[in-house]
Amino acid sequence: MVEVGAHATAEPLVGASDWDGGALPYRVGHKKLGMWLFIMSDSLTFGALLIAYSYARISSVAWPRPFPFFPSIVFSSVMTLCLLSSSLTMVMAVSAAKKRDKKRARKWIFATMFFGAAFVILHMIEWGHLIGDGLMAFELPEEWLKIWPGASPLFGATFFGITGLHMFHVFSGLCYLGIIALFIKRFDDEDVEISGLYWHFVDLVWMFVFPLIYLLSIKPS
Amino acid sequence: MAEHEVAVHAHHPPTGFIKKYIFSVDHKVIGIQYYFLAIFSVIIGLVMSVLMRLQLGWPGHQFGFLKSIFPIGAADGTISPELYLSLVTMHGTIMVFFVLTTAPQGGFGNYFLPIQIGAADMAFPVLNMLSFWTTFVALLVMIGAIFVESGVVGPIGGWTGYAPLSALGEASGQKGQTYGVVLWIISIAIFCIASLLGALNFITTMLNMRAKGMSLMRLPLSCWGWFTTAVLALLSFPVLLAGGVLLLLDHLAGTSFFIPANLFVNDKLITEHAGGSPIMWQHLFWFFGHPEVYIAILPGMGATSHILATFARKPIFGYRAMVYAIFAIGLLGFFVWGHHMFISGMDPRTGMMFSLVTLTIGVPSAIKTFNWLGTLWGARIRFTTAMLFSIGFVSLFVSGGVTGMFLGQTSLDLQLHDTYFVVGHFHMIMGVAAIFGMFAGTYYWFPKMFGRMMGEGIGKVHFWLTFIGVNAIFIPMHIMGIAGAPRRYAFHWNEVTGEGFEFLKGIVPVTKFVSYAAFFTAAVQILFFANLVWSMYKGKKASVNPWEATSLEWTVPSPPPHDNFGGHEPVVHHGPYEYSVPGAKTDFIMQTDPAIAETGG
Repeated sequence: MVEVGAHATAEPLVGASDWDGGALPYRVGHKKLGMWLFIMSDSLTFGALLIAYSYARISSVAWPRPFPFFPSIVFSSVMTLCLLSSSLTMVMAVSAAKKRDKKRARKWIFATMFFGAAFVILHMIEWGHLIGDGLMAFELPEEWLKIWPGASPLFGATFFGITGLHMFHVFSGLCYLGIIALFIKRFDDEDVEISGLYWHFVDLVWMFVFPLIYLLSIKPS
Repeated sequence: MAEHEVAVHAHHPPTGFIKKYIFSVDHKVIGIQYYFLAIFSVIIGLVMSVLMRLQLGWPGHQFGFLKSIFPIGAADGTISPELYLSLVTMHGTIMVFFVLTTAPQGGFGNYFLPIQIGAADMAFPVLNMLSFWTTFVALLVMIGAIFVESGVVGPIGGWTGYAPLSALGEASGQKGQTYGVVLWIISIAIFCIASLLGALNFITTMLNMRAKGMSLMRLPLSCWGWFTTAVLALLSFPVLLAGGVLLLLDHLAGTSFFIPANLFVNDKLITEHAGGSPIMWQHLFWFFGHPEVYIAILPGMGATSHILATFARKPIFGYRAMVYAIFAIGLLGFFVWGHHMFISGMDPRTGMMFSLVTLTIGVPSAIKTFNWLGTLWGARIRFTTAMLFSIGFVSLFVSGGVTGMFLGQTSLDLQLHDTYFVVGHFHMIMGVAAIFGMFAGTYYWFPKMFGRMMGEGIGKVHFWLTFIGVNAIFIPMHIMGIAGAPRRYAFHWNEVTGEGFEFLKGIVPVTKFVSYAAFFTAAVQILFFANLVWSMYKGKKASVNPWEATSLEWTVPSPPPHDNFGGHEPVVHHGPYEYSVPGAKTDFIMQTDPAIAETGG
């Protein structure tokens, strides 16, 4: 709680509740509230992209379903597991920070960054495979067109667009966590918690991207 | 008493010129920066509209000076259709983004929200500075779009950037659609980020930084206007950002989000693109675009409410209803974007839904209007310039709003959508009404911002001439629209060459009248700019509270010191509109006045 200046007046009734001014109504500081607002805003960016993707998919004659259970889905499940694990380690980091144990908090943040980096690297490898198959932002591989005649080239556009923006968020998160971990002496537990909010948000976005982009496009056996 | 007072912020005033006036983190300096950015932009937008009216009034006539300004776009002294369309686009874009979105919110909101709630600064001063400079970069890029292609002053697709034209680039074969449209999209994307930074700053500031006793129902209505606007900006700009990124990918990376298969443009079949939907762009754009309309008008509503109560010397009629109505307008504004798309081939049942929600917005709008009238009812009104502009705002809001009821109905919209009726409607409500809100704010808050009074006599002349002028411009446009004059055309009937729509020969005099009215109204604005500059240096020195108003900005010196309240937090004891309270010594009670007992919110 931030204490603000109080004049001595004869009226005790002003400032009776947290909402009457002179207090933080949600009992969170500016930075945390600001992060929540940013998350609300950013979730609409992703919401718009995922709705655009769904719109494009529904209104197409054919949509490729190119991901075989092995290796694609197994691979992307491992990526998902990495992100989920990173959320767990982030929780541990925040918990350690709350207990004023900055050294342990830093270790857990490094663990989070490890899993996050693993996600990015695996994702890059996967992009590499798909690009190797001939998938581009503006065209589908020849073989896919044989299996799904008339399939929409928007598959590549939405795939690279959405996962690319998500990867950019993960990458930004890695930089953000890196700054927090390196200069952890200068930050308090709330700063760690705020970075955690961002990190969990990025994970949560993936929990929508994963089923919509991957699981809905499992190759029919 | 002194030991209870805690210094609020370790906020030392900066000393160097650059930190004080350029990269300042003081919300007041940033507010003024936004304000002047908007003034600069409005001059560009105004000059463009004058050129458009010149073309529309006298198509085919040759004007020598046009040849020297646009050696390619107006090679024979008349504005070419492409140049005309690019003027339409840039006029709309600059006015909507860099005037209507920046001045009321970034300018007045930045300056007065923290003072009115009793805070020393915004919650994130550095973010505030970044927000302004990001907006500045967006403006620079947009100005780049004016110069980047020859023969036009930017893209030709309108401020809505409709796909597929905006997505095709060179393949469209149109001027302004290559580099021009790329810079246009980049500028809008940068602007989205600036707005996001600004919006979360406003919301955090108003929730977290209210002074002791400043409960939600004691906030001046101007604060509610800025707050709701910030919420709308926070939730609508990210969707435009997403759309803008996709549009840029279409343009630069060869994707086809908004380009369908088998598109035949410019005598060519487009083969590189397939699978996209231009309608999807319209959905993404208008999901932002409709809240944007309210982003432009809500701060004006807030300021108008504030000023009406001040000069009516009465409490605002139905304070709570006013707050709930602003929220209702903001909320409903997110569910009506489809009414911009009735003619897009939308399912009539969907159109019906959008139509119903659109008409529902008439309810909170009427609540506001009647409350404004109720505030004026039986009042001893002080007709200052600010008051005149506020009453003018109410008048324009009604005349622009009533035509919204016409257009909100699918059956009428199908007929009127692409005509001047729509041009008249949205200029009336979103353009001129919002501008009147800004004028009112300027005349009202100028003494606080610059420490001097604005010229009242010249201000009143400015008001009357502007009010007559804008009605003379936009009321005939409705009639032209009903007569069937389509919008976005460089001319309707060309008297010189005898080209155009035969059936619109009859409205040529009306078109000329509108053009004369536009030149007149534009010229009248010189009075305003002269008054503004003159008053800044030569105006009468302003006292702390020249209008005898009650809110917190009138308790601090004009202009306020760096940390607003001289290191102390004010304590609030009253609602913001305690005017003519029976038994009080003066006809107004300051919000901070502890002497008089609680009179209720």
